[in-house]
Amino acid sequence: MTELYTLTAHAAHALLTAREVSARALLESVLARIDAVEPRLHSYLRLLPETARAQADAVDAKIAAGEAIGPLEGIPLALKDILCTTGVPTTCASRMLENFIPPYDATVVRRLREAGVIVVGKTNMDEFAMGSSTENSAFGPSHNPWDLSRVPGGSSGGSASAVGGDEALLGIGTDTGGSIRQPAAYCGVVGLKPTYGRVSRYGLIAFASSLDQVGPITKDVTDAALLMNAIAGPDPCDSTCFPEAAPDYTAGLGRSIAGLRIGVPREFFTQEGVQVDAGVERAVRTALDLYAKLGAEIEECSLPNVRFSLPTYYIIAPAEASSNLARYDGVEFGYRQTGTKDIIGMMTASRDRGFGMEVKRRIMLGTYVLSSGYYDAYYLKASQVRTLIRQDFERAFERYDVLVSPTAPSVAFPLGAKVDDPMQMYLNDICTIPINMAGIPALSLPCGYDRGLPVGLQLMGAHWAEPALLQAAYAYEQAAGWTRTAVDEAGRVTAAG
Amino acid sequence: MALSREEIAHVALLSRLHFTEEELARFTEQMNDILLHFETLQEADTSAIAATTHVVPMVNVLRDDVPCPSLPPDTALANAPERVDDLFKVPRVVE
Repeated sequence: MTELYTLTAHAAHALLTAREVSARALLESVLARIDAVEPRLHSYLRLLPETARAQADAVDAKIAAGEAIGPLEGIPLALKDILCTTGVPTTCASRMLENFIPPYDATVVRRLREAGVIVVGKTNMDEFAMGSSTENSAFGPSHNPWDLSRVPGGSSGGSASAVGGDEALLGIGTDTGGSIRQPAAYCGVVGLKPTYGRVSRYGLIAFASSLDQVGPITKDVTDAALLMNAIAGPDPCDSTCFPEAAPDYTAGLGRSIAGLRIGVPREFFTQEGVQVDAGVERAVRTALDLYAKLGAEIEECSLPNVRFSLPTYYIIAPAEASSNLARYDGVEFGYRQTGTKDIIGMMTASRDRGFGMEVKRRIMLGTYVLSSGYYDAYYLKASQVRTLIRQDFERAFERYDVLVSPTAPSVAFPLGAKVDDPMQMYLNDICTIPINMAGIPALSLPCGYDRGLPVGLQLMGAHWAEPALLQAAYAYEQAAGWTRTAVDEAGRVTAAG
Repeated sequence: MALSREEIAHVALLSRLHFTEEELARFTEQMNDILLHFETLQEADTSAIAATTHVVPMVNVLRDDVPCPSLPPDTALANAPERVDDLFKVPRVVE
């Protein structure tokens, strides 16, 4: 029999409504799976079994009373520990916030609760979402469910390894430069970064405010659409949140994609200093062949300014981070170093002890590029180049409905391979960063394997084009049939101990 | 234009961060490596290009100014490292 923890959310929902399975049984299956593999995966920073059980029992009572339940009601979810949860510590995987207990829920968390989703735990990540491997967590790295010696990606690595390793049916991540899509690709699951402003950032601990977005990490495309339905939409608490109501993201699933115009931008395959691995490129080209068979029109194209994305990002994101993280001064919340004689000494010592190396490096970089005499050369220049990148995408979307590329230049890399060379780590983000610079939505879904590890296919769309991306992703997913092959591999995780 | 160790130390002061001599040396090297990568931006002609501060075309988002309850002081102060009554306590700022 199929273990319940392997199910997608929509498959589990069908069993719940048919009364074949209880929400409690589904949850217990997931908790047992966590018991079995968590010591090796380390996806979670904190588990919430008791509140989860109470929620599951409440859903079962509702079903028993003959009431209808929502599509995600009673479904266990892994929540990135960057979203505030009332009364539950929210650490951002940092010593700085190790004991921080938020007095309010993030809007996304509130919406999940209202949808009846069960948060089973809060997941590991790179400290303050700065990183591409989850190795920058102050509480130790997570591991890739496909190969424990490899990283799950980052910064939402814990949510991706939890969903990929069947420790939750759904996951929530955040994406500033690829932090949903790259770990989703590495762990063989689906990840969607919505258009900037589509999902509220209220209660999301800020990294780079002009880039951060919350989004789903799921086992298939349908679940991503369902989770978007739960979290997207206007929020009076976030004035950068788009004020118009979100559409039904499941509406286009199953519709034909005949005539879909796909552009394949060459800068996402080769750039100075970076070359997409041959095996990754082969998987992506094979996926494009399948799209052609499904009736899509495919054309190579060029976005010449995309080559400036990496330096632009590594100026703008650290600049915003240096400002956002100035709030951690040991005064109102967070870590405070005692025994210092004046307030500057207290702030400096608290930040010294509270922050890890990568966070310090980005604060330094950001402070420098914003400092007197360098602002025009770095920050202003980068903000102008950002306009050029954005315009490249706008022009491309006049010709194409969707752009397709690899999500990352390689499959998951070994733990420790890039920790000592920040520039090498940054180059890994080459395919995902341009999307955040333009604020457009992009989705990663599994498109095969290179050396036995999952490859991610990235679909990019114009602002607010999530429905088109989901429709195109669904068409591929159904035709290619890669879904849930991770189950066997997740079984290997169990055996690997 | 390579950054000297003294300049890095100055940025550390502005950032309210502290580094050992060894860390400072390593940071200087890494920062210069990263800044070198930024040089490619000079190849982009931005003479007639406006800066992007917001990626989606949105003007002011307004709502009615409706009073609603704020966090009570005890809740707002619950995470304070040190407090006195309804205040955050910090080391002496002025002599």
